[in-house]
Amino acid sequence: MAAIFQGVGAAAALSSSLSNSFDSKKFVSSPCRPFSVRKGASFAVVRSDGRVNLNPKGRRAQQLISNAVATKSDSAAASSSSKPGHELLLFEALQEGLEEEMERDIRVCVMGEDVGHYGGSYKVTKGLAKKFGDLRVLDTPIAENSFTGMGIGAAMTGLRPVVEGMNMGFLLLAFNQISNNCGMLHYTSGGQFTIPIVIRGPGGVGRQLGAEHSQRLESYFQSIPGIQMVACSTPYNAKGLMKAAIRSENPVILFEHVLLYNLKERIPDEDYICNLEEAEMVRPGEHVTILTYSRMRYHVMQAAKTLVNKGYDPEVIDIRSLKPFDLYTIGNSVKKTHRVLIVEECMRTGGIGASLIAAITENFNDYLDAPIMCLSSQDVPTPYAGTLEEVTVVQPAQIVTAVEQLCQ
Amino acid sequence: MNSASCAAKISTQPFSLNPTSPTSHDRPLVSPKPTSLFLGSTRKLRLSSSSKLNLHRRSGTVVAVSDVVKQKKSKSTHSLLITKEEGLELYEDMILGRAFEDMCAQMYYRGKMFGFVHLYNGQEAVSTGFIKLLKQQDSVVSTYRDHVHALSKGVPARAVMSELFGKTTGCCRGQGGSMHMFSREHNLLGGFAFIGEGIPVATGAAFTSKYKREVLKEADCDHVTLAFFGDGTCNNGQFFECLNMAALWKLPIVFVVENNLWAIGMSHLRATSDPQIYKKGPAFGMPGIHVDGMDVLKVREVAKDAIGRARRGEGPTLVECETYRFRGHSLADPDELRDPAEKAHYAARDPITALKKYLIENSLASEADLKAIDKKIDEVVEDAVEFADESPVPSQSQLLENVFADPKGFGIGPDGRYRCEDPKFTEGTAHV
Repeated sequence: MAAIFQGVGAAAALSSSLSNSFDSKKFVSSPCRPFSVRKGASFAVVRSDGRVNLNPKGRRAQQLISNAVATKSDSAAASSSSKPGHELLLFEALQEGLEEEMERDIRVCVMGEDVGHYGGSYKVTKGLAKKFGDLRVLDTPIAENSFTGMGIGAAMTGLRPVVEGMNMGFLLLAFNQISNNCGMLHYTSGGQFTIPIVIRGPGGVGRQLGAEHSQRLESYFQSIPGIQMVACSTPYNAKGLMKAAIRSENPVILFEHVLLYNLKERIPDEDYICNLEEAEMVRPGEHVTILTYSRMRYHVMQAAKTLVNKGYDPEVIDIRSLKPFDLYTIGNSVKKTHRVLIVEECMRTGGIGASLIAAITENFNDYLDAPIMCLSSQDVPTPYAGTLEEVTVVQPAQIVTAVEQLCQ
Repeated sequence: MNSASCAAKISTQPFSLNPTSPTSHDRPLVSPKPTSLFLGSTRKLRLSSSSKLNLHRRSGTVVAVSDVVKQKKSKSTHSLLITKEEGLELYEDMILGRAFEDMCAQMYYRGKMFGFVHLYNGQEAVSTGFIKLLKQQDSVVSTYRDHVHALSKGVPARAVMSELFGKTTGCCRGQGGSMHMFSREHNLLGGFAFIGEGIPVATGAAFTSKYKREVLKEADCDHVTLAFFGDGTCNNGQFFECLNMAALWKLPIVFVVENNLWAIGMSHLRATSDPQIYKKGPAFGMPGIHVDGMDVLKVREVAKDAIGRARRGEGPTLVECETYRFRGHSLADPDELRDPAEKAHYAARDPITALKKYLIENSLASEADLKAIDKKIDEVVEDAVEFADESPVPSQSQLLENVFADPKGFGIGPDGRYRCEDPKFTEGTAHV
């Protein structure tokens, strides 16, 4: 599925002067976040707030997400970035991020099935084995539990492995190692050993892949203490999150989505990372907060188009950080709109949405004018038949209906 | 050397023979044919053969299994396997292990430590025989029966005892407990509660060693990893998966099986289709060695070979140590299933008694020397208990400190600040 859309936030907030020109009442910036801003000679953190505005007057002209899964690109957006950036597909962005980190730090290595000579079953590691050698890009036998554990042992002894699950579902076999060792060893060793491992792979519902290849493991892993989970959704944040995850001293699980690998976007040439703990503002609005992540972001944006035509003004946030939740961005939005809709691909029971509802209710109950609505996938093993598969996941029409209901 | 043939050679000669004595200790269990009936298919077979063993202890020279030793022996029937210093070091380490574990039992029943505590009494020869050959930078990965591995590797008795008492001065700040001994300084990578879980971690440590040599170009990096685990683990998938990967990439690792015949109440013979674990090595392309794990000198000789192989980059070895735990599986185990005759048989093969006998008979040490060591160790253990008793318990402020190496992992709170910046965080009362 080739989709073309302009990246949001690519040029945002690179210089503080630009951000000052914004109406700060509209976008609450966070003044006290020392960790999120790392300025150095070599790179700058780009704030994840995408500034998309409907009113061109008085605002810096930004790219519009005119269509969630756009069929044609908008004309070249006025970019405040001095460099032109370059266009690539999401899987290439992941590869670029990985390659840059491997060049930057010789301890970074990749392990997984078919990552080396085959180049990765989704081509994320294409060309890396030729460049870095068979030991740095290790083709493993089919033994998820053991090679994940091997990655953990390597991480404890000084390397920085990136373990690929060919499909996230296969990592169910590595649950022992991920839960017991990845998450816990830093704690049970009294802080003596760090596990700077990145576990990544594609998950989510694809195109008739069948039940076992269509799983969403973020809900299973979310209770594991000691790990962080992030989900990428655009080439821009894919590269940024990949790099941030590799540089992090914590174990990070990076969820990619099978259907998003061919998204195209123009991303900056310069080095950048995306903060692992922050959510991304996709579309500011007034009437309702829609929280989403990964592929559902695009269904939401498609629904947003319809909603805008119907006169609604949804605020769309890609939560990106599945564990921990960015309660600041989410909270500010709730305080503004007082209505929350969560759109996710997880199962209804025990999914990310369920945890998010709990977190919002706990922290922002007073600000809600209506109960939180959550649209999740049906608690059904994903069927093979296309018509059935379609109705197991949330579709844009349902999102429109939900917003209308919420805003009555 | 073709590793398969090397393996066959080693695995068909489980014990070296004392040719002068037809009724030697080793004879009933040895057959020159590759299908030697080690262990046999029933418990009885092992015991009945062993009834002859008690009467015919080794006389004089202790022999070990490896060909190297056989060659040594054929050159001179009077060559000793260790020097006096080495002998005393081995003795002290085994006494430390034994005394420490006995003290653990006492402390447990006095309510100083809780939970699951698994003691190593009887198996000291394996830990001492292997770990005393390692350098500090070599790594050891163990199981829940890890106190003595920690002590042999150099973790101070005080740190281990404090950890068992759950005090903040423990090697893991009291957060790990009996089954999770870790030491970065001594390269003890745990301490794992689930069996088999540590083997991939050990494989990873060995991978790092190879990586350092070949990618980071640290040409002299020859760090070896030892993975200790039991007979029950040898039926677990992770064991086989790691044998495959280690042999495939010629990782510098030694897989040490502490076959004490029992996985809690499950006899190895009832759980395993082919109980001869060492035979599983050659199936993956690595040598499989069987050794008498109640004899520290034999273990040491085999360990020298295996560790040497790994250091030279020749790949992994599977070593099966026939050993026995004198106590139950844990301090909560009533230990009713094991045959008293079996226990008596192995009690008579106490590794400490055997080494003591060897040292004295070969004039490497006197009774007085050994008693002095006994006394010294008693003091060390007493001191460890005292230290642990007097150490403080962890305060609540410690609760959240080590969950993440980078505490930003707790995320951003509603007020826009990272949760770890919240003062309550350092108090351990913050809601995360």
